[in-house]
Amino acid sequence: MAKMTLEDLRKLRETKKSDLERRSLEGKDIEIIIGMGTCGIAAGAKVSLEAFLSAIDAAGLKNVTVKQTGCMGLCYVEPTAEIRVPGMPDTIYGKVDADTAREIVETHLVKKKLVENHIFDRPAADVIRN
Amino acid sequence: MSVKNFILVCGGTACESSKANEIYDAIVKETKAQNVMDDVQVVKTGCFGFCEKGPIVKILPEDAFYVNVKAGDAREIIAETIVKGRVIPRLLYAEEGLPKAFEMEDIQFYQKQVRVVLRNCGFIDPEKIDEYIARDGYKALEKVLFEMTPDQVIQEMKDSGLRGRGGAGFPTWAKWNFSKQVQSDQKYIVCNADEGDPGAYMDRSTLEGDPHSVLEAMTIAGYAVGANTGIIYIRAEYPLAIQRLQIAMDQARDYGLLGENILGSDFSFDIEIRLGAGAFVCGEETALLCSIEGQRGMPTPKPPFPAIQGLWDKPTVINNVETWANVPVIILKGGKWFSSIGTERSSGTKVFALTGQINNSGLVEVPMGTTLREIVFDIGGGIRNGKAFKAVQTGGPSGWVITSEFLDIPIDFDSLTSIGSMMGSGGMIVMSETDCIVDVTKFYMDFCVEESCGKCAPCRIGTKKLYNILNRISKGQGVMEDIAKMEQIGEAMKKAALCGLGQTAANPVLSTLRYFRNEYLEHIAEGKCRAGKCKELVRYVINPDKCIGCTACARKCPVNCIAGERKVAHTINNNLCIKCGACFTGCKFGAITRL
Repeated sequence: MAKMTLEDLRKLRETKKSDLERRSLEGKDIEIIIGMGTCGIAAGAKVSLEAFLSAIDAAGLKNVTVKQTGCMGLCYVEPTAEIRVPGMPDTIYGKVDADTAREIVETHLVKKKLVENHIFDRPAADVIRN
Repeated sequence: MSVKNFILVCGGTACESSKANEIYDAIVKETKAQNVMDDVQVVKTGCFGFCEKGPIVKILPEDAFYVNVKAGDAREIIAETIVKGRVIPRLLYAEEGLPKAFEMEDIQFYQKQVRVVLRNCGFIDPEKIDEYIARDGYKALEKVLFEMTPDQVIQEMKDSGLRGRGGAGFPTWAKWNFSKQVQSDQKYIVCNADEGDPGAYMDRSTLEGDPHSVLEAMTIAGYAVGANTGIIYIRAEYPLAIQRLQIAMDQARDYGLLGENILGSDFSFDIEIRLGAGAFVCGEETALLCSIEGQRGMPTPKPPFPAIQGLWDKPTVINNVETWANVPVIILKGGKWFSSIGTERSSGTKVFALTGQINNSGLVEVPMGTTLREIVFDIGGGIRNGKAFKAVQTGGPSGWVITSEFLDIPIDFDSLTSIGSMMGSGGMIVMSETDCIVDVTKFYMDFCVEESCGKCAPCRIGTKKLYNILNRISKGQGVMEDIAKMEQIGEAMKKAALCGLGQTAANPVLSTLRYFRNEYLEHIAEGKCRAGKCKELVRYVINPDKCIGCTACARKCPVNCIAGERKVAHTINNNLCIKCGACFTGCKFGAITRL
C-alpha cells in the first residue's frame, strides 16, 4: 500500500468500522477468535487452533473465519476462544483444549447450542465502544 | 428449529455448593413441563465470580441477570422471562441506593475492572493494523499532528495526571517537558520493555495484544518533544512480543504512519528495536541506555537525568510499555476523562499480573484506589483451596510484602508509599499460609544475587551476605544475632547502593522482618517451619494409633524409606527421608504428622 494521507486513513477507518457493523447486521460469517498471547500458547492454544481447523473441515463448514487475538487476562482458564455465531450471543469459552474445540464446532457452530461448563465472560466493559 | 434463549446457570464451585445443580435440574424440568425445551438451552457455565450472591442465572440474549436463585424460581423464570419475555424484578440484583441492575454490566461487582491499557487486548488481531485502526487506532496521532501544538499535547498529558507505570510514578508530562525545553539537534524516545520482575507479564501481554498502541504513543511523544527517532528496548526472552512489534512496525511504515512525512505532514519519526539479553538491571533506565549504546548494562549516577542528557548524551524520554499504552486514549478522550478515573493524585488504572496462591490468576486492570481486598478476593476469587491469606508481594524483588492488616488500603502511589511499600511495576504474588516467609524471601534474594550487576559493593556484597544468612536460617542454623545483622546490612544497602535496584534489593528482607519477625524467630529458636517449606526443619512421623497399615504411604514414597507389614503400623526412616511430603498428602487416615 502506498503511504497514506490523513484522508486515506480516515476513509480506511470508516470502511473497516462499517465492515464490522455490516458483519454483525447481516451476520453471515462465523468467527472464532483464539487468545494467542504467550500465556494462551503455553496453555495449548496452538493445539486448540489445529483442532478447530480440522473440526471445521470435517464438518464441511465454509463460512468460518478463525482469527487470533492477544491475552484477554483470563490466565486461569487459558486457552480462551471467543465464538461469534450469527443469531447467537457472542460467547467466550475458557479451558478450550482440543476436545473442547471439537465440541464447540459440533455443538455451538453446527447445532447452535452452547457448550457446557466452559462459558466465561470478559473481565471488563469495552472503553472504546462505550 | 433453533434455540431462542439460553439460560446460563453458574457452575462454579461456590454455586455448586449453593445448589446450582438443583436449580439446573429444576429449570430443565420446567422447560419440558411448559413445552419450551426446543426453544431453550439450559447451560452450566464457569464461575461468574459473584459467589456471595449465588447461585446466579443469566438469560441470553436478553442479558437478564438473576441472583440468589432457588429451585422454586424455575417455574416463574420459564413462564415469565422465557415465554412472556418479562423480567422478574425480585430476582434482579439490588444495591442500596441504586436502581435494580438488569445486566451484569450494571452491577458494581463487575465494574471493578476498567480496561484502558488493555483496551484492545482480546479484541483485535495484533498482527493486523486495520483492526487497530478500526478501533480508533492512530486517531490520536491524527489529532496531534493536525490539530494540536506540541505544548497542547504536553498540557493534555499534564491534565491527565498520568504517572510512570514502571513503578516510580514520576509525572509523565514533566519528563516530556524537560526534554522539550532542551535545545538539541537530536532527541530520542525510548520504550522500556525490559520487564523483569518475577511473576510480572503486564508489558509482554500489552505488546503481544496491542503493539500499535505503543508505536502510536511514541510517535506522539516524538512530536511533542521534537524527536524523530524512537527505540524499543525489549528483552530477547519475549520472542512473540518482538515478532508482533516487528510486524506492526512494518505495517505502520507501509501505511506511512512511521517514517518520513507521516500522513503527509512535515513530521517524520521512525522506531527501531534493540534486544536486551535479559539482565534485570537493564530495566533501570540509565543501565538500559548504556546497554543500547553497546556498553555493559550498568547504572550511572543521576543527575544528569535522561530527559536532559540521556542516550548518547542527547535528551531522551524514557517510559515503560504500560505508560505508553495509556497515551493514545488520553489524547483521544482527553486528560480530564483520564483523570476522572482513579484517585486524585494517582489517576487512571493499573495493570497487575495476579499470580501465586490465588483462584483466578490473571491479568487484572483496575482503577487506582481499588483495594487489595477487592483485587484478591473479588476479582481473584480468593485463596486457592480455601487456605488463609498471608500476604501479597508487590513490585518484585524491589517490593514489599503487604499483610492482611493493610488489605483495605487503596492501591495508589501515595497510599502504598505511606505504608513503606511501593507500587512497583505490577507483579502481584499472593501468598497463603502454605508459603514460608523465609523461603520466599530467600527466593527473592537468590534472584537479586544473580541479577546484581556488581558495580557497587553494597549491592554486590550485601545481597550475597543476606542470601547466606537466609540460607542458614532456612536450614535451622540461624542465630539470634542474624536478625539484627540482616537489618543492618539492609539499611546500609538502602543508603549506599548506587541505583534504585540496589537501594531496594533488601526490601523483601526488611519488610518480612517487620511483619513476619515471629516466623524468623521460630526458624531460629525452635527450628520450626510452620508452612513445612524449609525441608531441613521438617520431619514426618507416623502415629501408630491412627495408622491402619494400608501401605499407601509406603507405595507413594519415592525413596522407599517407609517400612511396615500390611495391617501393622508403619514407620518412616528419617535418615533416608527426602521430606517430599508425598506420604503426608497421600495418607487418608490423618496418621502422618509433620513436625
